[in-house]
Amino acid sequence: MYAFDYHKPRTLAEAAELLSTHPEARLLAGGMTLLPTLKQRLASPSDLIDLAGMPDLAGIEVTGSEVRIGAMTTHATVAHSAEIIAKLPALAALAESIGDPQVRHRGTIGGSISNADPAADYPAAIVGLGATVITDRREIAADDFFTAMFETALQPGEIVRQVRFPIPQAAGYAKFPNPASRYAVVGAFVARTANGVRVAITGAGPSVFRLADMEAALSASFTPAAIGGIAVPADDLNTDPHASAGYRAHLIGVMTARAITFALEH
Amino acid sequence: MAGTVPVALSVNGQEIAAEVEPRTLLVAFLREHLGLTGTHVGCDTSQCGACVVHLDGRSVKSCTLLTVQADGRAVTTIEGLGTPEKLHPMQAAFNEHHGLQCGFCTPGMIMSAVDFAGRHPDPTPLEVREWLEGNICRCTGYHNIVASVEAGARAMAKD
Repeated sequence: MYAFDYHKPRTLAEAAELLSTHPEARLLAGGMTLLPTLKQRLASPSDLIDLAGMPDLAGIEVTGSEVRIGAMTTHATVAHSAEIIAKLPALAALAESIGDPQVRHRGTIGGSISNADPAADYPAAIVGLGATVITDRREIAADDFFTAMFETALQPGEIVRQVRFPIPQAAGYAKFPNPASRYAVVGAFVARTANGVRVAITGAGPSVFRLADMEAALSASFTPAAIGGIAVPADDLNTDPHASAGYRAHLIGVMTARAITFALEH
Repeated sequence: MAGTVPVALSVNGQEIAAEVEPRTLLVAFLREHLGLTGTHVGCDTSQCGACVVHLDGRSVKSCTLLTVQADGRAVTTIEGLGTPEKLHPMQAAFNEHHGLQCGFCTPGMIMSAVDFAGRHPDPTPLEVREWLEGNICRCTGYHNIVASVEAGARAMAKD
């Protein structure tokens, strides 16, 4: 790892000030992606700004219509939250499926979505539920947040504070995990809401995406059978040593059907 | 840039004050600065779990944690669990059920298992196997490790 200076600000304003005075700085959340990246010398930030010094950034609040999760809340905290298990069990199950227990003790929702790994789990929930990302500057709608592989709508120096998930009528998440990393080879998040059904797919393409034809079919009939005849084109999907684009296209149908089954049973 | 920064943390109940470079990993601090070589470096990529320690009671991978991130917090390593004369119940269970062959992964296995057992006093083999997702053993095939963790959890509950 290259040398860097370390800061642990006590307020968001202090963090923003540090970011503006150190243009080559990086924010540190749980560090589950950033620290391995630094260890491989794939990045050499001048400074790390650790967000762990602000208790306000972590925590869960459940209102009548929303689950609000602070950016520094760990995956384990989300997975074991009794309120989230009761109101949005698909999200708790998704958090419990990330990495391994030790990774879940450190990794955070804010870090995950800011990094925007194309095979990460949380992006599927953000887009599948139509969540809102609250930053230190503005609110960003889920459909506008993930823009490309490892790219988001966040501006330089912008800090994620919280994610607000509307509570759906029903939701489910299913993924085919990479057997070593537990990242999604394909993950499907399905949510039935008062405004129709949303389907978001992670792991299959350069960035999370929705499937309009499945959403239309499921809005008419929320059953696994409703998507049985819908073929997913493999054209823009990823091919890598883990799975071909064609196999991923097949897995999208299988994982979406399993997510619907979870939604119907919880 | 860089130089060192002061940190103060508790390690196995002992208050430690030290100067470290911000890039010093916790596992390097434990092994090289404090001489606590029971915590192992296996893969060095946060996958194998040989480096698992407790941070404020929760298991974490010390190869993917900066020492400065542990400032002001409590770290427990395998050296903090028991002694050769009086083994921790989980260590005794690994001994009794032969939950190891070469032993390299064992400190991480035990630290992970102790965190698990604190919340699962009477676990099923499936729960143990799911929890051990983040601990890799290349010798045993896991069978005796799972038996050790089940027995250790029950012994801890009785203790």
